[in-house]
Amino acid sequence: MKQLIRLAVVIIAVSAILLVTISRLNASQGYSGGNTLTVYNWGDYVDPAVIDEFEKETGITVVYETFDSNEAMMTKIQQGGTSYDVAVPSEYTIEKMKEEDLLLPIDHSKIPNLKNIDSRFMDLPFDPENKYSVPYFWGTVGIVYNTKQIDGIEFDSWEDLWDPSLKNKIVLIDGAREIVGMGLNSLHYSLNDTDPEHLQEAYDKLVSLKPNVRALLGDENKLLMASGEVSIGITWSGDASEIMAENEDLDYVVPEEGSNLWFDNMVIPKTAKNIDAAHEFINFMLDPKVAAQNTEYVSYSTPNKEALQYMPEEMVNDERFYPPPELTDRLEVYENLGKENLARYNELFLKFKME
Amino acid sequence: MENKTTRNLYTIPYVIWVAFFVIAPILLVLYYSFQDLEGNFSLTNYRNFFTPIYLEMTLSSFWYAFLITLITLLFAYPIAYLLTKLKHKQLWLLLIIVPSWINLLLKAYAFLGIFGTYGMANKFLETIGIGSKQLLFTDFSFVFVSVYIFIPFMILPIFNALDKLNPTYLDAANDLGASRWTTFRRIVFPLTIDGVKAGCQITFIPALSLFMLTRLIAGSQVITLGTAIEQQFLVTQNWGMGSTIAVFLIIFMFIIMFATGTKRRRARG
Repeated sequence: MKQLIRLAVVIIAVSAILLVTISRLNASQGYSGGNTLTVYNWGDYVDPAVIDEFEKETGITVVYETFDSNEAMMTKIQQGGTSYDVAVPSEYTIEKMKEEDLLLPIDHSKIPNLKNIDSRFMDLPFDPENKYSVPYFWGTVGIVYNTKQIDGIEFDSWEDLWDPSLKNKIVLIDGAREIVGMGLNSLHYSLNDTDPEHLQEAYDKLVSLKPNVRALLGDENKLLMASGEVSIGITWSGDASEIMAENEDLDYVVPEEGSNLWFDNMVIPKTAKNIDAAHEFINFMLDPKVAAQNTEYVSYSTPNKEALQYMPEEMVNDERFYPPPELTDRLEVYENLGKENLARYNELFLKFKME
Repeated sequence: MENKTTRNLYTIPYVIWVAFFVIAPILLVLYYSFQDLEGNFSLTNYRNFFTPIYLEMTLSSFWYAFLITLITLLFAYPIAYLLTKLKHKQLWLLLIIVPSWINLLLKAYAFLGIFGTYGMANKFLETIGIGSKQLLFTDFSFVFVSVYIFIPFMILPIFNALDKLNPTYLDAANDLGASRWTTFRRIVFPLTIDGVKAGCQITFIPALSLFMLTRLIAGSQVITLGTAIEQQFLVTQNWGMGSTIAVFLIIFMFIIMFATGTKRRRARG
């Protein structure tokens, strides 16, 4: 018994010491309550220096949390108990969040920097007049390939992926919308198509691609492509530019049949506690110089027109990542297809994976 | 009387644990499994489960889990047997157990490098003259890594069973003229069968629902029930279907536990 009590005392003492140390450490880093802003963003999707600058300029403490899928983010906000002040969902999720009444309208008078955004990226169908969202980054879905390992194929068309010489060489994104959408695009259908017959055709087409498919992966593929392990990948433009910076042999193409054009946008969730700071943060991020710095770090494409002049020229003039309007006109934005159609997409995708 | 109250006190943590972390989640899963996409009560999910796509997936999950368990057992039994014969057996056992403390995902990422085209495994194959092969994203690598992960869990119960085995039985068998194989078949294996069953349970059941490995190592080309549940919850957000698959997984687990469960020993005579 005596021993037991001694043990208990030791455990309690150690816990107490740890608790005090942690709170000290947190205090020294400024997590002391007061004027804080909680930002909920994708992993590795902001330049930490920009956050520091914001804290210094405004005196607001930023708590930065990350998610790795739109769905996970939405589920967490939906279930409450969180107090995210700014979140960064993609466009089709914004439609869903609007439906579920999870967003607060944005007060445009508090965001004068909104004028810096290219009008091409304003007032889009998923959020008319940008009532709830402000564009953060945008990009495309396309093909990254290793020019040293692949000879004679330029991938101007999705059809090129079906080339018999590419056996077991392609790594796809593990995402139903992206891959079924690619199947639809390769047949010149819209990637928002919900016609069961078209979907079946796309599925059959994808199954015939299976001999060329080596794997379906998530973020891991960035590592494998950069190291030369994988020679062809279907991926988002931002990831592409990131790995191309690491491996010069890689190139990125958006096939001519069309593809996905996507937007990640800053929104203020209904659960926000510090709405003023949220507006201040969004406005800060739209400042041309800040946006330029952030874009150089994240390496996705910025919708901020004024920021372009502060960025390296070779970055801005790279049509692979800043495609001209002629190309973006051919691309499509994902629409929210509703749960039933999404379930059908997923079932086809699951079946495709099991083939 | 006091004895009884203290016993009741002791049961409180257990009851709370079981109520909150076993019964409540199962009830929730059951409740969701009867909801369709619109949140109405329906049996659609159960009907869906009996379509070819989910049945095929269930079968392939079982097949891989079976394969993994079998290979794990084939390796684990001789290793456990060897360990009981060694001088510092606890130390050797510890060396096998320690790697299992490392997070499974970290080990999976390590295998990405080892099995890669330019990885160590292929360098080795080249040196011995077989030549480099595509190892990553194949059934083989999936089974290999799974076996690697489960082996310590299989060894432990078998080791304990073998270690408890009374050596005088072996001497008796030997004295009575039984060959080594007969001794193993008639004495050693039957007496350690409980350890084998426990090891199989601890391997087969988690192997049915492995899900990160299916993507990292098998490149999403192997789909287990676990993968399907993850997809339904996180991607499709069809919690109903995800729960239905989970219900079946739970049923399968109970069947397996029942089938491999240790029967109460008859009183020794």
